Amino acid sequence: MTPQAAVEKLQAKFGDALGAPVEFRGEISVGVAREQILAVCRFAHAECGFDMLTDLSGVDNFGDDPRYGVVYHLYSIADRCAVRLKVAISEDDLTVDSVESVWKTADWHEREAFDMFGIRFRNHPNLKRILMWDGYPYFPLRKDFPLAGLPTDLPETAVDADTVRTSPMLGGPFVAPAASRSSIRREPRQVDTPAENLERLNNPTKQEQV
Amino acid sequence: MATHHEMSVIDSASRAQQAFEEEVHGEKMIINMGPQHPSTHGVFRMVLEMDGEEIIQCWPEIGYLHRGDEKIAENMTYTQFIPYTDRLDYLAPLANNVAYAYAVEKLMGIDVPERCKYIRVICAELARISSHLLGIGAMSMDLGAMTVFLYAFQQREKIYDLCELICGARFTTSYTRIGGLANDIPADFLPMLKAFLRDLPATIDEVDKLLTRNKIFVERNKDIAVLSKADAINYGATGPILRASGVEWDVRKAHPYSGYEWFTFDIPTGTVGDCMDRYLVRMEEMRQSIHILNQAVAQIPDGPVNAPEAKVLLPDKTAVLTKMEELIHHFINVTQGVNAPVGEIYFSAENPKGELGFYIVSKGGGVPHRLKIRAPSFVNLQLVSKLCKGHMMSDTVAILGSLDFVMGECDR
Repeated sequence: MTPQAAVEKLQAKFGDALGAPVEFRGEISVGVAREQILAVCRFAHAECGFDMLTDLSGVDNFGDDPRYGVVYHLYSIADRCAVRLKVAISEDDLTVDSVESVWKTADWHEREAFDMFGIRFRNHPNLKRILMWDGYPYFPLRKDFPLAGLPTDLPETAVDADTVRTSPMLGGPFVAPAASRSSIRREPRQVDTPAENLERLNNPTKQEQV
Repeated sequence: MATHHEMSVIDSASRAQQAFEEEVHGEKMIINMGPQHPSTHGVFRMVLEMDGEEIIQCWPEIGYLHRGDEKIAENMTYTQFIPYTDRLDYLAPLANNVAYAYAVEKLMGIDVPERCKYIRVICAELARISSHLLGIGAMSMDLGAMTVFLYAFQQREKIYDLCELICGARFTTSYTRIGGLANDIPADFLPMLKAFLRDLPATIDEVDKLLTRNKIFVERNKDIAVLSKADAINYGATGPILRASGVEWDVRKAHPYSGYEWFTFDIPTGTVGDCMDRYLVRMEEMRQSIHILNQAVAQIPDGPVNAPEAKVLLPDKTAVLTKMEELIHHFINVTQGVNAPVGEIYFSAENPKGELGFYIVSKGGGVPHRLKIRAPSFVNLQLVSKLCKGHMMSDTVAILGSLDFVMGECDR
């Protein structure tokens, strides 16, 4: 299937949800209505043979309305053909459906677009920052973010008492005198450790106490 | 009268079983691996949830090397960004230079002369050999085979000598320009390359003898982290990882650029998709690269290396000093950059690690509006959490080695 044929097939199925295809340097780009992107991707994946999502990228068209965009580069390994889908997203409602359920590779790409532009992907399994640290307050690839950066507080830690039981600090992390507490007492445990073990953590036996 | 006592003494196996049921079973431990672990080849961190020696879950953490290359690119001209591409996949800077130059040339609609294409193919293939040598060397060293690493580095040193000869730098080459090259190759480059190509196959054969049938190496890699064809495509894997899973896809064949259609070479593919296959694919790719390089050395035509019609390159120095137009041209190119048309392009090249793509949005002028780097390591590294699941802790070393990623490119 050529890119033109694929676009025609998509247009026949989705009609007005697709904009007019634009060709530049032999590449075809099609605008897609924001609400329809997941359906279009699912159809393109299942029916048009686009088994690979080469790239997914956020774009900030500062000054335009709608301001943001997400660009999908679809590729078919069997047909060796590529199509670019573009979704425009307005500043007021920075959300778009995640396509992670169609292509697993979209997971990190969408996290990056969220990290850099603040675009929220609905139903993404793990939408958190990927390149910047958790708790970073800005979206650096936005056009109104200065190149030199902005001062921020120190990074917040990725783990806290809710997720991990941190090790007791006997002079330092993972440092304990030989033959002191057992490893159960010294090392971090996940919270979903079975209840009876938690019991033992909190009420160590005589042998386990220092 | 004999007295009779009932005694029950459990043996050590039962004791161990009892201890296992009481203590170990069902208890999970969180282990942090990296960002300074040697097998993570850079600053890459994994949080592993372990049940004994078995990995139940793996959460990769990246971003330690994030320098904001894409933001920087939006604030400088196309030519000024070339040195930044050296620092993407810093084990194969020449290949990045080539990919970036073709991307911008596609945006501008420039076709470079044949000699330039040949030189760029030589650059890209040298970079591939260099990267694969390091990939295999580091992978085997992580698995305990030190010798291969040293053999590989001996040859990589020669590749660095070649880099130095063509552009003066060993690591940060910045050799290409938009519309051509920084300079033509010097006269003694091709003889030196020929000598290198004579020596290299012996080293590859030696590595082959040391590893391919080495019992320890095979045991550590065979059937470890099997990646199916469908998963490889769905996860967007490219390069040797995709091919090891049995997908015969290579940008050089699928969408030939830089005149790759003039060369004959094969695409090696694997059958299983395990760590061993990924290693074998890389080994064969090096041999194919040597084959391409031999053809390039034999066929390289004479002629100019820079696109003549394009006003994208800096003019000759004597012309700048003697002609008004050339002086203005030089001034405009340096201060404002090359004027690009309005539009957007995506160009990808087959880099050693996979498909390196550049998505450039231009709104005219000499500066890109958006330059997205589709880094193969970023995409391939996503597989880690899938591949590690269910394997032993010590297998992560083999898995990371076989994925062969570079954090400079992953974090950008």
